[in-house]
Amino acid sequence: MKLTVNGATHEVVAPDDMPLLWVLRDLLGLTGTKYGCGMAQCGACTVMVGDQATRSCVLPVAGVAGQPITTIEGLGRDGLHPVQQAWIDADVVQCGYCQSGQLMSAAALLKAKPKPTDAEIDAALSGNICRCGTYQRIRAAVHRAAELLGQET
Amino acid sequence: MSAVDAGRRRFLVSSAGAAAGLVIGFHVPVGSRRAFAEEPGPAKSPLPVPNAFLQIGADETVTIRLAHSEMGQGIWTTLAMLVAEELDCDWNRLRIEHAPAAPVYAHTAMGMQMTGGSSTTWSEFDRYRQAGAMARDMLVRAAAAKWQVAPFVCRTKNGAVMHEGKRLSYGSLAAEADKLSPPATVSLKAPADWTIIGKPTRRLDSPEKVTGEAQFGLDVAFPGLMTAVVARSPVFGAQVKSFDAAGAKAVPGVRAVVQVPAGVAVVAENFWAAKLGRDALEVDWNLGPGASVDTDAMRDAYRRLSRTPGNVAAQAGDPAAPESAPPAMDVEYEVPYLAHAPMEPLNCTVRLDGNSCELWLGTQYQTMDQQAAAEVAGLRPEQVKINTTFLGGAFGRRATASAHVVREAVAIAKAAGLPVKVVWTREDDIRGGYYRPQWLHRVAVHTAADGLPRRWEQAIVGQSIMAGTAMEGFAVKNGVDFTSVEGVANSPYLGRIPVHRVDLHSPALPVPTLWWRSVGHSGNAFVMECVIDELAYAAGRDPLVYRRTLLAGHPRHLGVLNLAVERAGWGTALPEGRARGLAVHESFGSYVAQVAEVSLDGDQVRVHRVVCAIDCGVCVNPEGVRAQMESGIVFGLSAALHGRITLKDGRVQQSNFHDYPVLRLNEMPLIEVYIAPSTEKSGGAGEPGTPPIAPAVGNALFTLTKRRLRSLPFALS
Repeated sequence: MKLTVNGATHEVVAPDDMPLLWVLRDLLGLTGTKYGCGMAQCGACTVMVGDQATRSCVLPVAGVAGQPITTIEGLGRDGLHPVQQAWIDADVVQCGYCQSGQLMSAAALLKAKPKPTDAEIDAALSGNICRCGTYQRIRAAVHRAAELLGQET
Repeated sequence: MSAVDAGRRRFLVSSAGAAAGLVIGFHVPVGSRRAFAEEPGPAKSPLPVPNAFLQIGADETVTIRLAHSEMGQGIWTTLAMLVAEELDCDWNRLRIEHAPAAPVYAHTAMGMQMTGGSSTTWSEFDRYRQAGAMARDMLVRAAAAKWQVAPFVCRTKNGAVMHEGKRLSYGSLAAEADKLSPPATVSLKAPADWTIIGKPTRRLDSPEKVTGEAQFGLDVAFPGLMTAVVARSPVFGAQVKSFDAAGAKAVPGVRAVVQVPAGVAVVAENFWAAKLGRDALEVDWNLGPGASVDTDAMRDAYRRLSRTPGNVAAQAGDPAAPESAPPAMDVEYEVPYLAHAPMEPLNCTVRLDGNSCELWLGTQYQTMDQQAAAEVAGLRPEQVKINTTFLGGAFGRRATASAHVVREAVAIAKAAGLPVKVVWTREDDIRGGYYRPQWLHRVAVHTAADGLPRRWEQAIVGQSIMAGTAMEGFAVKNGVDFTSVEGVANSPYLGRIPVHRVDLHSPALPVPTLWWRSVGHSGNAFVMECVIDELAYAAGRDPLVYRRTLLAGHPRHLGVLNLAVERAGWGTALPEGRARGLAVHESFGSYVAQVAEVSLDGDQVRVHRVVCAIDCGVCVNPEGVRAQMESGIVFGLSAALHGRITLKDGRVQQSNFHDYPVLRLNEMPLIEVYIAPSTEKSGGAGEPGTPPIAPAVGNALFTLTKRRLRSLPFALS
């Protein structure tokens, strides 16, 4: 089957029900997307399918063949995406393991809602667990990213 | 390589060739500070390359090798700050790496290469500054020789040596500097001259962690590497009786099914095939005594034990003297088993050759892992190379004296004859044991007419973390594992109570236990700070005033207490339905007070705001300390509001984040952190933020509901 990831097309040989996560990580070598729970509970595996934040650990790969998939590796096409810059500015990361998923969820939120409220941020990112407890900085960084995106346009 | 004495330390300076520039390494002889008999001693032969702490390249890069592991706590940045303070290098040309496993990187106080106990900053405060100062000294002498001036007239700034308008970059001097003999002694900057230490500094590992480039153990890949998923015993201590691999072998991509001491491993071309193979495996187990473990029954047994004499952990006066009156308070507190549940599940990658073994993993325990791998592989420790990746969280879970993750992985690689990455699923990780112990405390207190405690009896029941490990010798004295009683036996409250006694019971059970962020303090602070609150209310006193009375003579406790209550507005009005609670606790050399503001949403506890004050002595990176307080509070809140591992018929009843919930963004309170200025020795930051939050919330819930909740997680229904 053909997979379009970060703008590049890959011919992939995989069982139809293999989760997209493991196709990305083990077959395509895109390890920025993380395994955390395998049951769409923690959000570490979040990627974008189209503009939609999606948990790749429970997503059979056959279901997204041909659709545009964006992973953390493809988020900033030309340098850093504003959410990535905002994450650096707010000194968000600690262990960093969950942050690919947090960033993808944040980027998807900002596509849908360029100026999200705290409640909208909570709603969009509460599916992403961070055991280091960087949540307060994540909230701040999403607001900061919204500002940066506002300046771009 | 040459060695010279510099104070107590022996420094080694080695040249890895002119192209490599200046290389600074040094060795701290462990000698009498050695904690373990089998731990490697001072290097007897040249260390493996790279052996240095610091390397300056002709291209101006300054590479710093970390003897400790970055697991989120920020030492990637903090240790670099220590070097840079003395080196005066260009902050933008720093490159940070984890060091390989080698004796030279042994912890300066613990004697083995490890990360834990909130100890990295204080234990490296001198060593990494000295490395920077040594390098600077040699670079200055190299420049002075070129200019034919005295070294002391030269200045350094931003990666260059300067004198009277002349400037030579460190990179251009590195090769010359490397030929010089290292200084016999170095003098370090006076605190008044610090320009980096104490300045809030952003993390150096952010760029790679926001782009997905950072490599964690699970991300390791190389041609030919297989993935293994293991069927482990359904109850602790079970043994494989027999297994049928036919189903597993029928899964496309499965390459081998091998039995190892830990269970049966399915080795496949990728994770998904290995996992499907494991699901298809049929294993028959000899369950053994682990099948009878039941956490409810344990609680009953612990309760009975708490009424009997145990090993004495602290004692004053004559607790055996008869009392005419019953205690004013006689209560039980309980905390459950907890899993660490770091976001990156456990894993370990192994490649074995005839006479070498290479490991890739995020570990807190390089020395232990290296020895364990050598044992299983049939090699010497120096034949085992450890590549420490970033750790996707750890909280203590990646520091096991048994090195069970590594032992299992090496055994699988050996049995399968293939390089393997052993991946624990989330379920494997949650059910894999090594939990924070379940503890029960009984506290009986007699009070004087003024409501202050005059006689205090406390019994603590729970498994010893240290018993049966290589650390038992120094950690368990007279039957008392100090981690079981820390924060109780040395409590500032007990110190002033004329008659007191702390008894410890450490029952042995098949469930493996382990340090979980703040170790014994994680349960003990909850008990102590809630009991003090109970006593304050019983005495009709404000819990703040009551604590101030009891903590007279403990200025650092009082300092953070006063700072926290002032910033929290203690005593000022709150919206209807909200209440504040207070706790203060010292752990790992740092003093932390927290005020939590809570409300109830039905039976759900909502924590709105946490004001945290910390005195961690000299604070190297205030931004890092703030982040660690936020982190420790969230970690403690997850446990206080949600965390519980239970066992029935030996089976762990939780498996993943749906039934072992942790705090999520929508539950996140506003956290404010205030750092008390201090010139005391640095204390820890990674753990001390965790202990006070559960009692602060519990005390707030009491104020709100007049119900005293004495077990975690808090349950109002």
